[in-house]
Formats: sequence, C-alpha cells, structure tokens
Amino acid sequence: MLNLFINSVFIENMVFAYFFGMCSYIAVSKSVKTAIGLGAAVTFVQLMTVPLNYLLNEYVLKDGALVEGVDLSFLSFILFIAVIAAFVQLVEMVVEKFSPSLYNQLGIFLPLIAVNCAIMGGSLFMQQMIGTEINNVGDSIVYGLGSGIGWWLAIVMMAAIREKIEYSHIPAAMKGPGIAFIITGLMGMAFMIFSGIQL
Amino acid sequence: MKLSKNFTNPLAANNPVIVQILGICSALAVTVKLEPALVMGLSVTFVTAFSNLVMSLLRNGVPSRIRIIVQLVVIATLVIVVDQFLRAFMYDVSKQLSVYVGLIITNCIVMGRVEAFALANKPWDSFVDGIANGLGYAFILVLVAFFRELFGSGTLFGFDVIARFGYENNSLMLFPPMALIIIGCIIWVHRTINKDLQEK
Repeated sequence: MLNLFINSVFIENMVFAYFFGMCSYIAVSKSVKTAIGLGAAVTFVQLMTVPLNYLLNEYVLKDGALVEGVDLSFLSFILFIAVIAAFVQLVEMVVEKFSPSLYNQLGIFLPLIAVNCAIMGGSLFMQQMIGTEINNVGDSIVYGLGSGIGWWLAIVMMAAIREKIEYSHIPAAMKGPGIAFIITGLMGMAFMIFSGIQL
Repeated sequence: MKLSKNFTNPLAANNPVIVQILGICSALAVTVKLEPALVMGLSVTFVTAFSNLVMSLLRNGVPSRIRIIVQLVVIATLVIVVDQFLRAFMYDVSKQLSVYVGLIITNCIVMGRVEAFALANKPWDSFVDGIANGLGYAFILVLVAFFRELFGSGTLFGFDVIARFGYENNSLMLFPPMALIIIGCIIWVHRTINKDLQEK
C-alpha cells in the first residue's frame, strides 16, 4: 500500500507522467495561494470519487455484477463522469456555504474541477489497475489520495517557480504558456529519477 | 464569408491548443507515434463536431442551471460511440490510446467550444466550428508526433525514414517531458510570427 502511495505521488505523477489536468495547471499556477486552494479541492474530490467509482465498478459495471451474464463496463465513462460532476457540484455548494472567501478566490475553476482530466483520469486508471495494484476499497482510497497529492505538489511547485520568474528576462514570445511548458518539461525530467523506486 | 472565417480561424491564428491552451492533457500523451496521434485527432474532431451540433439544437430547451450535466451526458455518449468503434475496427490503436479515449470527455476543447460557441449559434455554424477546432487540435498533435516519432524512433507511421542512415534513436524524445518542451517551442515559434499574441 505504501508502495502504491509513493508510486502515485512521485513516479506516476499525474502531471509529469501523464499530463493530466494540464489546463487548470497552466491557468491557475500564477500564484501559490490559489494553487494551494485548488490543489486541496482537487485532492479532496479525487479522494472521494476514486473509491466511489471503484465501488460502482465492482458492484454495478463489472461483468455479471448486477445481472448475471451482463457486462455493463461500456457504460463506465458516462457513470464515472456523472459521479464526478455530482460530487463537484456538492463540493461547490459546501465551499460556497462555509468558506465564501475560498469560493471567490477559485471562481470558475471550482466547477471546472468536474472536467479536470486528473479526476476522470484517476478513475479510469483505477479501473485499469484493478486486479494488479488495486484489489480492495482501501487500495483505491490510497490511490485516490496519492494521485491527488501528486497533482497538488506539482501545481504548488509550478506556481512557486512562476512567481520567481515573473520579472526575469524571457523572450517576449516565450512569456506565459511557452515558458510554463518548458519548465514543466524540465520538472518532469527531474521527476524521472524517482522511477524504479520500490518500497 | 463568415463560415469560412469560422473554419480557418481555429486552424492557425486562434488554435485551441497553442493559443487557448485547451486540451493539453491528451495532446501530449498520445504523441509518441504518428498513428495514434492522428486517430486521436480525428476522434476529437468527431466528438467536438457532433457535441456542438447536438447542444446547438438543444440550446433553447436546456435550462442554464443544468446545462453542464446535459453537456457531459451528450459528450460522454459520443465518446462511448468512438470508443466502441475503435475497439471494433482499430483494436491495436485503441490499446495504445488506453484511457485517453475516455479522457476526450474531459478534454477542455469539447466543453469549451460547446460553452463558448454552440450555446449561442445556429446548428450548422456550430458544426463547422466543431470540425475546425477538432482539426486545429489534430494538427498540433500530428506536428508534435512527427518530431517525436522521427527523432525518437527514426520512423514515420512505422516506416523507416532516417534510422537506415545510421541514426541513433534519441529515446529521450519518447519520454513525457519532451512532449512538453516541443509544445513550448511550437508556442514560441507561433508567437514570434503572430506578435499580437505576446504577453506584455
């Protein structure tokens, strides 16, 4: 389990190994404070939806799980996204009620968590890993938490670097997204050193 | 006139990937080889075009509070169609694309075009806009895949191109970080030509 956790945070980092959640990753990584807020929200949603979708997959979609001899797994895309969209809606309402300042800070990016590839990707990878790394609900919780934290780590690091380079002399055409991509690429290379670690 | 402008704009000057920075997730992961990149580009074109068409037809009947969930259902249905089609007719490519076919649902280009264009325009215009944005996305995918396959494996579409001249494969090109760096360079070139896009 610890191995799965380390694996999902560092080695198979959502951003650096699979490019998941790049849209909000590039758009929101301008200040560390917002990045921390969004990262926390994504981690929380990830932590809840991956186990939920695991249970859904085991008890509804799997071959013969609901009705004997019926394989519903082709419906997994639509069910997963429905769970995610409903859950994000819930989180949005809760945040709006209890922490209006965070709600205003995140603005449009809070509802957009629903279409953050990292969330959907987490669930789809979880589905693929059933039988190998993920064998019970506990594993799926660990994987959800790990992949969420991996994304959180990446966006906070990126925001910190982008705050630093705000006043650097960069070719005009590279400013903004251009340099952000190259920095992410270099960070991804740094993260490649974690590959092969086994605990 | 307006239609042709709608069609050409997303291909270059207002490209969804390198100008609007949408749909990056899948744009990078499937670009190790040209073939999956091309299939992915065409799949996204199909989904964008038809989700735009359907949402444009439904735009007056859907209350705005529940529109996101309606969009997701429409898009997810189209993606399931694409996924089943690929599994039936192009099994190898479908295996290579793995979860990224499912991730077309959360591709920001699809949602972005529905929100920004289809909800305010007529069905035919939206359909053309969907095709154009899909092709703009496919173009960048193929461009990145071209460099990665040529320098990473020495081949194009699996055919030996430069490997026969004693080219040593640069396997770094096959790793994820290089895709990001190539896209960064494409943005650099693009913004050097289109100066009005540069920041400050």
